[in-house]
Formats: sequence, structure tokens, C-alpha cells
Amino acid sequence: MSSTVKTDTGRNDSAATGRDTAARTGRPVRAVRTAGGLSLRLDVRTLVVSVLLAAVALFASVLLIGTGDFPMGPGDVLATLTGSGTTAQEFIVNDLRLPRVLVGLLVGAAFGVAGAVFQAVSRNPLGSPDVLGFSQGSTVGALLVIVFFQGGTFAIAAGSVAGGIVTGLAIFLLAWKGGIHGYRFVLVGIGAAAMLYAIVLYLMTKANIVEATQAVTWMTGTLSGRDWDQVWPLAIVCVLLIPLSLLYGRPLRMLEMGDDAAYALGVPVTRVRVVLLAAAVLLVAAATAAAGPIAFLALTAPQLARRLTRSPGPNLLPAGLMGAALLVTADWLSQQIFGADQLPVGVLTGLLGGGYLLWLLASERKAGRI
Amino acid sequence: MSRLTAENVTLAYDQRVIAEDLSVAIPDQSFTVIVGPNACGKSTLLRALSRMLKPAAGSVLLDGAAISSLPAKKVARTLGLLPQSSIAPDGITVADLVARGRYPHQGLLRQWSGEDERIVRESMEATGVGELAERYVDELSGGQRQRVWIAMALAQQTPLLLLDEPTTYLDIQHQIEVLDLCAELHEEQGRTLVAVLHDLNHAARYATHLIAMRAGEIVAEGPPEQVVTADLVEQVFGLKCQVIDDPETGTPLVVPAARKAREAAAAGAS
Repeated sequence: MSSTVKTDTGRNDSAATGRDTAARTGRPVRAVRTAGGLSLRLDVRTLVVSVLLAAVALFASVLLIGTGDFPMGPGDVLATLTGSGTTAQEFIVNDLRLPRVLVGLLVGAAFGVAGAVFQAVSRNPLGSPDVLGFSQGSTVGALLVIVFFQGGTFAIAAGSVAGGIVTGLAIFLLAWKGGIHGYRFVLVGIGAAAMLYAIVLYLMTKANIVEATQAVTWMTGTLSGRDWDQVWPLAIVCVLLIPLSLLYGRPLRMLEMGDDAAYALGVPVTRVRVVLLAAAVLLVAAATAAAGPIAFLALTAPQLARRLTRSPGPNLLPAGLMGAALLVTADWLSQQIFGADQLPVGVLTGLLGGGYLLWLLASERKAGRI
Repeated sequence: MSRLTAENVTLAYDQRVIAEDLSVAIPDQSFTVIVGPNACGKSTLLRALSRMLKPAAGSVLLDGAAISSLPAKKVARTLGLLPQSSIAPDGITVADLVARGRYPHQGLLRQWSGEDERIVRESMEATGVGELAERYVDELSGGQRQRVWIAMALAQQTPLLLLDEPTTYLDIQHQIEVLDLCAELHEEQGRTLVAVLHDLNHAARYATHLIAMRAGEIVAEGPPEQVVTADLVEQVFGLKCQVIDDPETGTPLVVPAARKAREAAAAGAS
């Protein structure tokens, strides 16, 4: 495509808007077109927000790598990452702290994208893996391994993935009625969450004190002590499924208008839902196996991304970047405030996420929507 | 000629059969209106014609091919549908919503061509919502909103457009506005329109081809002047009436018989 690229504004700003709504006009959309017939639609604000979120995530990552018993400045961290650090620095960065940060970024991105998918498919801002039972399913899997088999890290992760996938399949089957429909999906998910949580409580009564402590730490969600063994499987899942989800972002956007309207526009409604939900379930299962069910991340990241981009629709990419930025920043914050590895990051995301939810409810009530 | 036909279709939701062995052909370039009492199956027929509902038996053909075997996006470039209920996403502007009508013409690498932009602008102008382009859809009145949805369906640029009760929930002036718009699309752009309407007089005034249904069967079809008669209205709707010439357009106008006359007739019959 060697051709001139011309840029047009997709909007004429001459549109007569009422005085009271003048401040509420749409965002500029730019189209990039080539003479070869390619055209991309770029929402300037979404693009800027995405770049900023990625920058925040990377910046927080560098800070996080420099944090610990052996503090390092950002300059040293970058030097070490590019291969010009001392042997000691290389050991600390590459073997100890980089895997933790990578797990944080990948888990955050996976929860962010999966959360946005669940919310869009269920047409409900509360439709997140914590509410729909997927996190509880993973927890049951992990706890079974901890309590009955006294398994190690790898076995616990495997149990968690199995729990997440089995729960996903069960919810699919129960919610299936000639396709997957948002309302039914939410209700089945909430029912599954309640039952699975009861099983979690039962397993806790069966655990001895050591197992119970291990279980609680796992359930809170933490990034401490993550190494390359956790990075690779998660990275493979993310590299395959996040781009796949983004590809389906366009038809997913159409689904917001209702099944009939989407279908009339040529969206294969059921296929889009099944592919995206399967991808989201696997992303959540892999992320939960690596770091535990980090509370509220999948719920808040898409909502925050949406408010920042002010763009309707699922906003999968900004949601993923927001998840990554949030989790790494929360981990860095919790280490700054409470000391290294004193507080699992899940506690902080739970506090922040819960607070955010209350703020959301309050502001929606002011706007008269609840 | 008919690009869109249904051949011996049986229409059912789960086990509940709405219509059996129904055949219908939509004349090309017509403004076809389907009328009938509630639950007669008129919306169900429209859903089948627009492939929202797969017939339990028989098939719906588009240009001679079974519509269910064609790729969804390909059908969406030929046949558009304005569903009865659509959800405007939170915080979407009119221009953005109308732009979504271009979806079947777009792809990953062809997301927003100059043609898309031109057609979206023309669709908004044709429906009189060009002025509202940057406004939020949820701030609009019911009539404006319906015109935005029609603009979206227009942007899809399909030669065939199906509308499921496009005037429901609208005030009378907005109903007429929407029907005028449909008539313009049909007359000026030569599109084939199929609509389900509740109001028989509106149907008689705007349709070029009328299909009257009762209990899952087609009772009569043809030009409104031939279909809308006092006998047929009584047969289809169970309502005694006079049919006179509409003083404005000369099309049939249904005037229900006075309550006393209907009661007397009912008493005489029993």
C-alpha cells in the first residue's frame, strides 16, 4: 500500500446543536484512508487514552521493578532491562521482579478484556467474573487441590484453571436456550456463584490452619513470589486470546443494539457471543490461576476505561490497558504503603473497586438513572 | 417479479405454531404493508422474511436462494430490517448510530471509507436528522429517535427494507412523518418496502400492495382499493364498518359503524 495517506475529519462541527447540549457534542473521529481502498476509523480520544494508559502501566512497572528490599532507581531498572546492569541487578530484575510485573500486566489485561466482554454480552455493568461465578469456580478448583491433595503451586494453578473452565461450561449449558441471552446468562451466573461460594465455605471448614491460611492468601489474589513458570502459560493464553477478542470487538459493539438489530446488520449473533465468552472464560481462568481471583478488577477496569474514553461500546483495548495499569499501580501502591509483600494486592483492588462501585452508584443516582 | 418470497413456511415459536403452509411473494418496488388483528402472525411473518425466525418447515428465498443458507453479511447488504425494539447504546450520538448501518459493507481493513461517510450523511439528510448529527440519541424525542433508526437502516443501502411496526408508540404527527418518509424512500429511491402496520387507514393510504392476515393465514392481498372492503374488514377484524373514499387521497377509508348499530347487528345475528 504505497500511496498517499490523507486524513479527513469524519465530522462536520457545524451541526446545529441546542444551546443546552453544546457542551455534549460528540468526539472527533478521524478516518485514515489510503488510495488502495484501506480505511481505518480512529477515535482520537480513545487512542489518546489508550496510549496514556499503556504509558502509565509501563511507568508503574518500572517503579514496581525498582521496589523492594534492594531499591533501584528507574534509570538503573531500564539499564538492567536493556542488558547493561550489574550481575546482581540482573538477577534481581530478571529473575525476581520482572516475572512478577509481567504477571501483573498480563493478569490485569486479561481481567480487563474479559470483564468488558462479560459486561457487553450480559448488557449489565455488574456482569463480571466475580459476580457471574467464574472466579468462585476457579477458587473451588484451587481449594480442592489445597485441601484434599496438599498440592504445590503448579497443581493449585491447574486446579484453578480446571475449576474455571468447568464452571464456564456449566454456566454455558444452563444458560443456553437457542443461543446465549444476557439476562438468562446473568441469572444463571449469579446462581452458580452462590452455590460455588457455599462449596468454598465448606472446603474451608475441612482445611487445617496451614491450608486455610494458604487458601485465604490464594483467594485474596497476590502477585508476590510469581516467577517465570507463571508468566509463560499466561503469556501464551493472552497472546492468543486478547487479539482474538479485539477482532470480535466490532461485531460485539453491534450486539449492544439488541439481537435483532445486530442480526439485521449481518452480525452472526450466536457465534460472536460463544467465541467471545469462551475467550473471556479462558482468560479469566488463566489469570486467576496465575494470581488468584483479584477482586473487582474485571468489574472496574472496563467501567473506568469507558468513562475515560467517553465512547459507547465495549472498548476492549482500553479496558485491557486499564486493567494492566490498575493492577500494577495497585501492587506498587500496596508495597509503598504497607511494605514489601505485607498486603496482597487483591485487598487494595477490593477496597478501590468497592469504593469506585459506590461512587458509581451515587453518581448514577444523581443522574436519575437508578 | 419478487426477490423475496416465502414458500410453504410453517412458523412456530418452540412448539407454538403461529402459521402453517404460508406462501407469500413481495412484489419488487412495492410498498407492501401487512395488516391484521393482534396475534394474527403478521410480525412473525415479517421476522421470517427478515431471517430473524427460521421456519420450522418450508423456506424463505432471497433472489432464489434459501435465505438461511446465505452468509449473514451478504444478506445484510440486500435486506435491511428495522426491528420493533432496538437499544440505543448509552452515550451514542446520532451520527455514530447511523454510521453503524454501514457495518455489512465494512471489514477489518475497510472501516470507514469516503463512501461510508457520504452515505451516512445522505441518510441523515433524507430522514431529516442531519441537524441532530452530534446530539445524543437518548436526548431525542420518540419521533426523532425513530427517524434516526430509519436513517441507520437507510445507511445499510439495501434494495429491500423491512419495518416492524415503525409507527408504534408515536404521536399521530410523527406517525405520518415516518410514513411519509417511507413513501419517499419507495417512490424516489425505488426501494422495496415491507411494513407491518396497526392502522388500517394508514395502510390503505400508503401501501401499494396490501396483505391482510387472520389467524396465521393470508385472507387477501392486492392493491388497497381492491382489498379494503367492508366485507373484508369484518372478516379479518370482526368489525362492522363502512368503507368510503378518503377525501384527501381517494384511497379506501375505514369508518367503524356506530356502537348502537353494531350492537343491534349483533343482537339480530344471535
